[in-house]
Amino acid sequence: MNTWIIAALLLVLLSLGYQMGWSKGRRLAVAGEGKLHSRPQYHGARVAIWTLVPAVIVLIAWSVFGDAISRAYIMSLLPADVASQTGPALATAIRRVRAIASGFGVAGELAPYEAEAGNALRQFNLIVLLVVIAAAAALGIAGLIYARSRISPRLRARNEVEIAIRILLLACSAIAILTTLGIVVSLLTEAVRFFTYVSPIDFFFGTVWNPAFSTTGNSAGGDYGLLPLLWGTIMVSGIAILVALPIGLLTAVYLNQYAPPRLRAVAKPIIEILAGIPTIVYGFFALVTVGPTLAAIGDTVGIDIRATSAATAGIVMGIMIIPFISSLSDDILSQVPRTMRDGSFGLGATKSETIIRVLVPAALPGIVGAFLLAVSRAIGETMIVVLAAGNSPVLRANPFEPISTVTVSIVNQLTGDSDFAGPQSLVAFALGLTLFVMTLILNVVALYIVRRYREQYE
Amino acid sequence: MTDTSLTGTAPRSETSTTGKVRASLGRRHRNEAIFRGLGLLAVLAALGFVAILFSTIISKGLPAFQQAKVNLEVYFDPDIIDVGPPPEPSAAQSPADYRAAELAWQRQLALLNWNSIVETAVREAAPEGFEIDTRQALSIVETSERHTLRERFVRAPGLLGQRVRLDLLASANVDNWLKGTIDRSLADSRQQLSAPARELADYFYANGIINMEFAWSIFTNVDSRAAPAAAGLAGAFMGSVYMMLIVIALAVPIGVASAIYLEEFAPKSRLTDLIEVNINNLAAVPSIVFGLLGAAVFINYFRLPLSAPIVGGLVLTLMTLPTIIIATRGALQGVPSSLRQAALGMGASRTQMVFHHVLPVTLPSILTATIIGVAQALGETAPLLLIGMNAFVAQIPSSPMDQATALPVQIFLWQGNENRNFFEARTSAAIMVLLGLMIVLNAIAVFLRSRLERRA
Repeated sequence: MNTWIIAALLLVLLSLGYQMGWSKGRRLAVAGEGKLHSRPQYHGARVAIWTLVPAVIVLIAWSVFGDAISRAYIMSLLPADVASQTGPALATAIRRVRAIASGFGVAGELAPYEAEAGNALRQFNLIVLLVVIAAAAALGIAGLIYARSRISPRLRARNEVEIAIRILLLACSAIAILTTLGIVVSLLTEAVRFFTYVSPIDFFFGTVWNPAFSTTGNSAGGDYGLLPLLWGTIMVSGIAILVALPIGLLTAVYLNQYAPPRLRAVAKPIIEILAGIPTIVYGFFALVTVGPTLAAIGDTVGIDIRATSAATAGIVMGIMIIPFISSLSDDILSQVPRTMRDGSFGLGATKSETIIRVLVPAALPGIVGAFLLAVSRAIGETMIVVLAAGNSPVLRANPFEPISTVTVSIVNQLTGDSDFAGPQSLVAFALGLTLFVMTLILNVVALYIVRRYREQYE
Repeated sequence: MTDTSLTGTAPRSETSTTGKVRASLGRRHRNEAIFRGLGLLAVLAALGFVAILFSTIISKGLPAFQQAKVNLEVYFDPDIIDVGPPPEPSAAQSPADYRAAELAWQRQLALLNWNSIVETAVREAAPEGFEIDTRQALSIVETSERHTLRERFVRAPGLLGQRVRLDLLASANVDNWLKGTIDRSLADSRQQLSAPARELADYFYANGIINMEFAWSIFTNVDSRAAPAAAGLAGAFMGSVYMMLIVIALAVPIGVASAIYLEEFAPKSRLTDLIEVNINNLAAVPSIVFGLLGAAVFINYFRLPLSAPIVGGLVLTLMTLPTIIIATRGALQGVPSSLRQAALGMGASRTQMVFHHVLPVTLPSILTATIIGVAQALGETAPLLLIGMNAFVAQIPSSPMDQATALPVQIFLWQGNENRNFFEARTSAAIMVLLGLMIVLNAIAVFLRSRLERRA
């Protein structure tokens, strides 16, 4: 109910402010006292902003401090023996008082103090609500009156409104910075907390990953060696690139240079579908189709291939990455100047010779950029590996054995945990930090290369 | 790979060079054909992957949309349902006390032996004198159906003593048996159903008591662990809907606003450069890192509820923002400068120029980018696992603050279910629903784009 009252209050203030500003501006315009600087709508919008902003500030303050105030009031109502309790008992007592005050009531007998406290709280809540609404309305109307009194033909209302818009836009673009800041700060602080349990040297250079779940939660039981996970990540990404790079690059070259326009128009969007499929679908596909198929092939050839292995995850991830490489390379090949191609043809080179000796070398920086972006994508990929890599964090070189990766371990260590008490869950942040830094470096280098390349031919 | 005379050192004479070229021509053309063939092969391989992916999912998923239903005559036996009438609300009670009385009545109902009602119904439908024990008879009907009967009774207590013909869900094992998902020749000890139950299932199926019907339960039911056949997507679907609404409500205005600021207003400075590099990097940060951010900031610091769509929506918003910003900036860059100059020349301010002239032209592109970003967010799984959205939730969330799961997370949960035979198909069906939604979203994007661009 409160939400509706507040929404209604804000709407009323908004329309009132706009209407007052607009009508005064309009009257001035009709009266013809000199030429108006801004149109009446801007006067309306300006007054509305002056009205709304103070009211919203009051409401925000209430939403931040309101709960603490009502809690403090309830504490003053409770008898001393109840108020001196701690933890869940106190929380229950407070919840019961609130339930009584809300009019819904509680089941069972009421303690005498509870009924009293409930009534008192109900009145208190009402008073606070009225005070807040009154304060918001009063400040809003004060803003309205002040803003309206300043309206004159010379007032640059439009400029003021535009400054407000600009501040809003700036605030929006600051969110991107805040996100990065949030990622870095949260990963760093939690990772540092983790390093108080496990030394960074043991983490970055340890070769055993075995985070034993201790029941006490606080002792640093188990081993937290990053290397097996890092090795798994590198192996899976490597297999993925082995699959995706040749297919993606050849696809780009064929579609760009050889394919008739009609084939290109059909094939390109279909291949790009691969980029839009959720990774969980790839994971399921790897688990139920690719893994068993590989195992069956292994049986006939005589190699022991496990259904969930680095190879299964890597191949499916490679399929997922094909469109990243093919689309980006396609764009980059299109940017190579025609004159270079024509020059090569003029010297009598065949098409494939032109592509291999002229086009690809010229486009190489861009292709390397695309390649690095694909690698960073593969490193951060989670669901395929969670489902299809077998989750076995052991250092081994055979790609047909199960492995585990950095992302898999993040999911395993953090799923469903709400408080990060021990190293068992905090390690996820150290892993996340490693992952973030790796992908960040790859991305910065890739973006730099791609940008340099673009400028070269522009 | 190819060795041609083109790059050779200065030729000694005309004729020998042409001769060399002639001689190598056959090989060079062969190489050309090989290269071209490899390219075609790569394209075909890529197309083949798409075909295999979709055909496996569809061939595995389609059967799950058909589900076995048992048509039984259920007798709400007053001898078994021997509880009093439901409590009536009275003025003397507080609402909390009435609720407590009502819950007590329902608890009494829950303690009744609904199984024996189901068992009686199965026995009545079985042929005369068919030997089957209680557990075997109950294994025909899904375990959740006794709750369905109870809920039906709670809604309409007047059913007491009446006989009603109802379509009940057959159990997942019966479904497997009749569809042939389980090998019929397996030995008794390895079958999920006992021999009499299998015989009875076949008898019911032959006599039209069990029918294969369209599995609406996939769309109307929530997830269920105890009763696989009753597991549906409704809860996950609502969770996804809430999250998408939050993403649309937050990511679109914020993303478009910051793109406008960066493209139209921001002075060229170090700070703007930093924001730009930053956004490009954010677009490539692995999604799981956003999950870590959500766990640390929204859940651990702001104490927002675990597994709630609001947290998921916020995390996905942050993840989608860069996509929308980059696409909107691209669209803004594509607006011809003559349009801006004309607006400025007529005396419009920069703000007016942007909001009245530039933005309307870019609307189709922004819309398309938004829909593609939302579709991407819809399929994201990993960050949601970290904020606890993989919890088992057995009801449809009624607000974004309630516990919920999401469609892709539901797929993740189902693929891990122990009843493999049954859930492989269910999971594929869920994937089909998810992919179907994404295809619809993308089709809307394509449609709107062509529609709006024609008008612009």
